Amino acid sequence: MAEATEHYVTIADCKVQYLRGGKGQTVLFLHGGGGAGIWFPFFNALSEQYDVVMPEHPGFGRSDTPPWLDNVGDLSNFYFEFIKRLGLKDIHLIGNSLGGWLAADMVVRNPTPFRSLTLITAAGIHVHDVPKGDIFLWSPEQLMRNLFHNQAIPDALLKAPVNEEERRRQMKNSLTLAKLTWQPRLYDPHLQKWVHRIDIPTLIVWGDDDKLIPPPYGPAWRDLIPGATLAVIKDCGHVPHLEKTEETLAVITKHIAGVK
Amino acid sequence: MKFFMIHLMPYTHLDLDYDKKYDSAWVTLPNSYFDPKDGPALYNRFIDELVYADELGFDGICCNEHHQNAYGLMPIPGVIAGALARQTRNCKIAVLGRALPLLTYPLAVAEEYAMLDNISNGRLIAGFVRGIGAEYHSTGVNPAESHERFHEAHDLILQAWTKPGPSIYEGKYYHFNYVNTWPRVVQQPHPPIWIPSQGSSETINWASHPSRKYVYLQTFSPVEQLRHFMRLYRQQAEKYGYEAKPQQLGWATPIYVSDTDEAAVREARPHVEAFYNKFLRMPFEMLLPPGYLSLNSMAAVGEKARAGGAAQGAVKKIEDLMEKGMIICGSPDSVAQQLEHHQKEVGYGKVIAMMQFGTLPHDMTKRSMELFATKVIPKLRHIGEEEATPVVHAAE
Repeated sequence: MAEATEHYVTIADCKVQYLRGGKGQTVLFLHGGGGAGIWFPFFNALSEQYDVVMPEHPGFGRSDTPPWLDNVGDLSNFYFEFIKRLGLKDIHLIGNSLGGWLAADMVVRNPTPFRSLTLITAAGIHVHDVPKGDIFLWSPEQLMRNLFHNQAIPDALLKAPVNEEERRRQMKNSLTLAKLTWQPRLYDPHLQKWVHRIDIPTLIVWGDDDKLIPPPYGPAWRDLIPGATLAVIKDCGHVPHLEKTEETLAVITKHIAGVK
Repeated sequence: MKFFMIHLMPYTHLDLDYDKKYDSAWVTLPNSYFDPKDGPALYNRFIDELVYADELGFDGICCNEHHQNAYGLMPIPGVIAGALARQTRNCKIAVLGRALPLLTYPLAVAEEYAMLDNISNGRLIAGFVRGIGAEYHSTGVNPAESHERFHEAHDLILQAWTKPGPSIYEGKYYHFNYVNTWPRVVQQPHPPIWIPSQGSSETINWASHPSRKYVYLQTFSPVEQLRHFMRLYRQQAEKYGYEAKPQQLGWATPIYVSDTDEAAVREARPHVEAFYNKFLRMPFEMLLPPGYLSLNSMAAVGEKARAGGAAQGAVKKIEDLMEKGMIICGSPDSVAQQLEHHQKEVGYGKVIAMMQFGTLPHDMTKRSMELFATKVIPKLRHIGEEEATPVVHAAE
């Protein structure tokens, strides 16, 4: 079991936090709209096999909000600099939700630094007549509940006290999430046109009870990316790596191990 | 003082039990709650009420802009203002929209206001707002872009009115190779500009700048907030090196006048309680989407609002609303006294009276307007008349 260490790096006048733990091939994990900064059991387990790097995006949590941040493309360009600065190579790229959108956008722009791609309940595309949940109209409790299939998890999370610092981080995350995803809501019509260019091994992971980006998005991603495979996790919501850690780990490690 | 009547044009026939099924009269309330048979009479009744304000000697009448709700049926306020421009002769006509950030083509506002200024022969007051949070859910415009879009659209409209065309505008959100608005505005260099707001220090710092000296209106807020933001405007003006005058400051609030205090409270009660508890009802997330306020303002204002159930929750009673100054209600004498008392303390020179609110019927609205015009306004005319000193045109 590998503990993570906390680091800060300044790129494009923006200081970002990242956690890093483990040894082996590099895994870069790009988080979703809720932010990062917590080394959940998923990351602990992942870092038993890989060198796991989990930055907190510009505009989120402990990282700065730079004046240049307007869209997901800005984050992509930032992360190419980040990869260069940290000297990361042969990266297995994983992204969840907003982070999945970002990951797909990066690989479309330049696949060179990456060996594989895993999109977990990724935002970024649009499927006709499949309405997404309105994260910005949900109350904090509704949001928490709609992220999970197993309601015992939000039951416990909602009881936990939230301190002032954490509350402010949540507000900051929501603001940046709105900035990046409000309109068009959670997708980029120009990304969708080019995801077919992704030519590295790609795994799509979806929860069969995702209330935010519904399950039909899984096959839609799979069909857009040549050779991609889809793993649907049973009884699972929008954050499979947190709700169904073992099952999600199993499909991801198998995917990465299969990369030639 | 100057007296204006503002109308929201609510859907007075709204089934007030809607909230058993829906959590707001905005954005998501199905428009099947609107019966098409009600529309024609309702719009014409409301226009008549505003025209009557002109006949009664109000200095001006105001319409405003909201989208997809039962609270106010003026998504395109210029339609109403156009009708008023033809049907009135003396009063000012204030459009207290337009919500500039919601537009992809803000030059439409330069054009629309210029048309209204022409038809009314220079009686237009140009309101600029960001729109409330719900508007961003309704129109899909990103609330995190709201401030920047507002400032760009404002600069663009001012350019269209004051810089000989064609000129070029190149911004982050708006870009036009040909800014060349026809017709030109009647009032030169441009119509008076008013900035209605629920209160924000950023807005006040901007509106009070010596190159603008825009009239700042505090809308539908407790007296405590009115006091705070009016003081802020005056302090900011002092920092800029000038004294803010009463005519730069206005207060928009519901007003109801009857023969006695007791009758006024009894008559206004169901209608003003419907206004605040039903028509204005919305969840916090609808009222203040992320990005609509800066992170600091959200932390300061937003969280208080959430904790206090400002958007919804606690049912407000008229006694409580009167105590907070969220409605001025009483006999002509006591309404005059209250307005004078607050004027002395706060220093505003414009009263924007919402004489119709919630479900208040036509006859009661008219009677309250008559009492206000004949027995309240004359008592207060002489105070708070000082106009702003001329605008300083200098490089910012």
